[in-house]
Amino acid sequence: MLILEALRYTEGDYSLSADLTLAPGRRVAIIGPSGAGKSTLLDLIAGFLAPRAGRLLWQGQGITTTPPDRRPVAMLFQENNLFPHLSLARNLGLALRPGGGRLSTEEAQKVEQALDRVGLGGLSARKPGALSGGQQSRAALARVLLQARPILALDEPFAALGPALKAQMLDLVQEVASELGALVLLVSHDPQDARRFAEETVLVADGVAHAPVETQALFNAPPEALRAYLGQ
Amino acid sequence: MAPRPLAVSAALIAAGLVLALVLGPVAAVLARAGGWGTLGPGDWQALRFTLWQSLLSAAFSVSLAIPVARALARRRFPGRGLLISLLGAPFILPTIVAVLGLIAVFGQNGMVNGALRGLGLSGFSIYGLHGVVLAHVFFNLPLAVRLLLQGWLAIPAERFRLSASLGLSPFAMFRTLELPMLLRIAPGAFAVIFVICLSSFAVALTLGGGPRATTVELAIYQAVRFEFDLGRAALLSVIQLGLALLAGLVALRLGTGGGFGSGLDRIVTRWDGRTGVPRLMDAAWVVLAALFLLTPLGMVVARGLPGLAQLGTGSWEAAWNSLTVALASTLLCLAWALPLSTRWGEWVGLVGIAVSPLVLGTGLFLIVRPFANPLSLALPVTTLVNALVALPFALRILRPEAEAVRADYARLAMALGMSPLAWLRLVLLPRLRRPLGFAAGLTAALSIGDLGVIALFADPERATLPLQVYRLMGSYQMEAAAGAALLLLIFSFGAFWLCDRGGRTHADT
Amino acid sequence: MKAISFAAGCLFASTALAQENVLTVYAGDYVVSEWGPGPKIEELFEARCGCDLQFQPGDLLPRLLLEGDRTEADVVFGLNTDVTKKARESGLFAPHGVDLSPLTLPIDWTDDTFLPYNYGETAFVYDTTRLPEPPASFDALLDAPDDLKIVIQDPRSSISGLALALWVQSIYGDEAEDAWRKLAPKILTVTKGWSESYGLFTDGEADMVLSYTTSPAYHIIAEDDHTKKALIFPEGNYFMVELAAKVATTDQPELAQEFMEFILTPEFQQMIATGNWSFPAALPHDQWPEGFKELELPSKVLFYSEDEAAALRDEAIEAWRRGLSQ
Repeated sequence: MLILEALRYTEGDYSLSADLTLAPGRRVAIIGPSGAGKSTLLDLIAGFLAPRAGRLLWQGQGITTTPPDRRPVAMLFQENNLFPHLSLARNLGLALRPGGGRLSTEEAQKVEQALDRVGLGGLSARKPGALSGGQQSRAALARVLLQARPILALDEPFAALGPALKAQMLDLVQEVASELGALVLLVSHDPQDARRFAEETVLVADGVAHAPVETQALFNAPPEALRAYLGQ
Repeated sequence: MAPRPLAVSAALIAAGLVLALVLGPVAAVLARAGGWGTLGPGDWQALRFTLWQSLLSAAFSVSLAIPVARALARRRFPGRGLLISLLGAPFILPTIVAVLGLIAVFGQNGMVNGALRGLGLSGFSIYGLHGVVLAHVFFNLPLAVRLLLQGWLAIPAERFRLSASLGLSPFAMFRTLELPMLLRIAPGAFAVIFVICLSSFAVALTLGGGPRATTVELAIYQAVRFEFDLGRAALLSVIQLGLALLAGLVALRLGTGGGFGSGLDRIVTRWDGRTGVPRLMDAAWVVLAALFLLTPLGMVVARGLPGLAQLGTGSWEAAWNSLTVALASTLLCLAWALPLSTRWGEWVGLVGIAVSPLVLGTGLFLIVRPFANPLSLALPVTTLVNALVALPFALRILRPEAEAVRADYARLAMALGMSPLAWLRLVLLPRLRRPLGFAAGLTAALSIGDLGVIALFADPERATLPLQVYRLMGSYQMEAAAGAALLLLIFSFGAFWLCDRGGRTHADT
Repeated sequence: MKAISFAAGCLFASTALAQENVLTVYAGDYVVSEWGPGPKIEELFEARCGCDLQFQPGDLLPRLLLEGDRTEADVVFGLNTDVTKKARESGLFAPHGVDLSPLTLPIDWTDDTFLPYNYGETAFVYDTTRLPEPPASFDALLDAPDDLKIVIQDPRSSISGLALALWVQSIYGDEAEDAWRKLAPKILTVTKGWSESYGLFTDGEADMVLSYTTSPAYHIIAEDDHTKKALIFPEGNYFMVELAAKVATTDQPELAQEFMEFILTPEFQQMIATGNWSFPAALPHDQWPEGFKELELPSKVLFYSEDEAAALRDEAIEAWRRGLSQ
């Protein structure tokens, strides 16, 4: 269980509070108007922001002050998921050896397998600049696969992709996540993504991250804040 | 974002070293003097003149650099790369050499006056405040151009495409794209140049034409070497330091505003200014700047060629010493600059050029003396001081890009749990390759050309090239001195070119 | 801290042992250059003393005053009369004990601490091909047309500049400031040191340069160029002398003494003229090197004793500053 216990974050006038529980292995969408704090919520979970008050628990362990790399979270950012001057092999290798050391044969094999898994077999020597946008997203996903963390946080990483490509990527995420048995948190501004991908949805609006609700149920009877966001 | 403790402590250590190296000697001088001295009426006049000429010099250098950098950023022509490298050369010349080169062009018998008289016009005199400013612009315009050019090249190509598709007028484009960049880069460039000009001495005196052009640094020189009034020297140098830090603080406050994020490292193609008039204007700016900066250099070369043959082994040994010192200073300076490449780090770094070299030298001498013979430490001390003096320039070059790299990739590195060493080796250094090359080139060149604190630490066996130039001149060997100056120009420019090129080639995305 | 001083102490002790029979001479920077007199002095003296003479170049008096009685210097070579007062008051120097009768200076010299080794006088140097009719006197210079351009040195940063200020003071006294005001339009610029001025002059930027009566000797002897001349003024030219002194705390008193005696020997004196491009302090005129013999010598030599100079110095510099600031 990932528990956000009376979590509160403030910065200037802005504030976000969350008091909710997320179950392992679920696919959860985080939606809400822009500026409401979707990314902030993710950053709190991933450890890039420190809460003002409250606690964060994973499987009963407090992780409120744990640094990002020790948290059970692998994250895909909106951009800059790969170092542009390093080959895919080296980029992915960092997931296994963050110290930048040489990979063992076994580890190098794992990298190749991960690339194979996302459909980029044989491209490990390429640099990100030599790949298409879709391929770059796949490479980043392959890295997440190697990190093998129980929580997968996605901060709109596919926003720049076309609808068909995005759908493909979400399917791939779904496959990868179920192989890892990971809890997926997908930030999106597109209700379609939530409907298509997420079993549950967290609505972030008016400074509050609401407890997750069955996605279908939520869209069938949207609360006031969601109606306003959807333009209904 | 939670600060990474290691980076913070590295920055604190680096900043502490800078401050200790500057304030320590000032304190040592003060302690030896037994208290502050007092200022005379001449000192206040010197202070006013120093401030005024520094302001003018920095203002002209930066504002003239804007059209030149803009033209260089948006035009492609054969020899552009070489020209950009060559434009760096004036900055790295020792003052006396550059002044003689300038006088050969602008002096009484210089080319310009010769041409004017040939046209039947009356000549003009370079000596006066305008001459001081002219010389300072000559030294610092190239630096300003390079800093601004970097800023222009950092504007992502996408922005220019967007503005082209919107059909923005030149003015609208300037206001939306270029002005924000200038507001971010220009104050820092202004501050660095202002601070260098604060401690100008020989240039200001020689071209200033007399006692009206007295600077604070001259007063310090007089106090240390002729009157042995260390209290007054300490007081004057603390005033100088204060002015520099104030200028730095103002620049810091003005030069805020976010970066542009990581654009892909593509060559900037622009769609504006393709018609005749802007093209002509750009061409005119580039040609004028090139003439202004390269003609005096040409004179240095022409004067030096006959002297090259007269150089004895002493000069070649001096060249070798200069090169080894430069290599060591460069490595030290870069290692120093990396952890300090933040806003406050840059501010702290300014003190390196803000303190009077004479007071620095005297203070270091007092500190070193109880432990070792200063002469045996001549080269290490020179290395250290050169690195310190080059630090503000290295920081000005590195900081914007280092901040961009941190903004773009620090979270990814944190998420991966990269070790500080891996971050440095795999991300920071490769991403900073271009500015690192430029900074290294500048540091090496400055170090070869700088006389530093040598006066109290001069070692008979191990002279550096600039010292050799002065020694030759002092012995009537004007021609050999010109030869040694040319050698100095070749070496410092060569070092600059190698590093700068090294950073630019193979700097792939 | 203790460890460092201990280590430094060890280092010192070992080098001190190795440096037995070493004479340490602090000298002006120009002395030690390959073109200066240093190498020749070293060669000549080492041949007679069987010791090791080591020059340490740099700022002489500032360094010595900073070091105080912990200095390693045995002898200081290259002081000027501007600093002898301060140097004497520091108590760091011992009497030289050398017989002064061989001196051939144009003035009387009885100083028991500072020993002259060469001298010259301030003079404006010009090029006869560019300036066929130079001013014949200081008065004529003040009244010369304003397009006659001269370069001088700053009295606050240069010894020759200070000598010029005292020169003007000694000729014009209370009217020094007026004299400077008359000279001002003709002064192209003021430089930090002699080298910059002389460089401007040889580059043809100025018609005359403040230098020394001995400067033409260099051009005659080294370049066979007879077109550079020093102006001898009927009002007098100002005397400048270079001095050596023995440091009181020397750990090589015999060697130091031997060096001081060596300075007035013909061997040294014959070398110093072309070594340092100055008149030898103790050598009859007929023994001077060829190029020096043909130089015109001042009919009148002006000189302030160190006490007079110290008293007049601030006034002279202030007259210079005010006269040129308008």
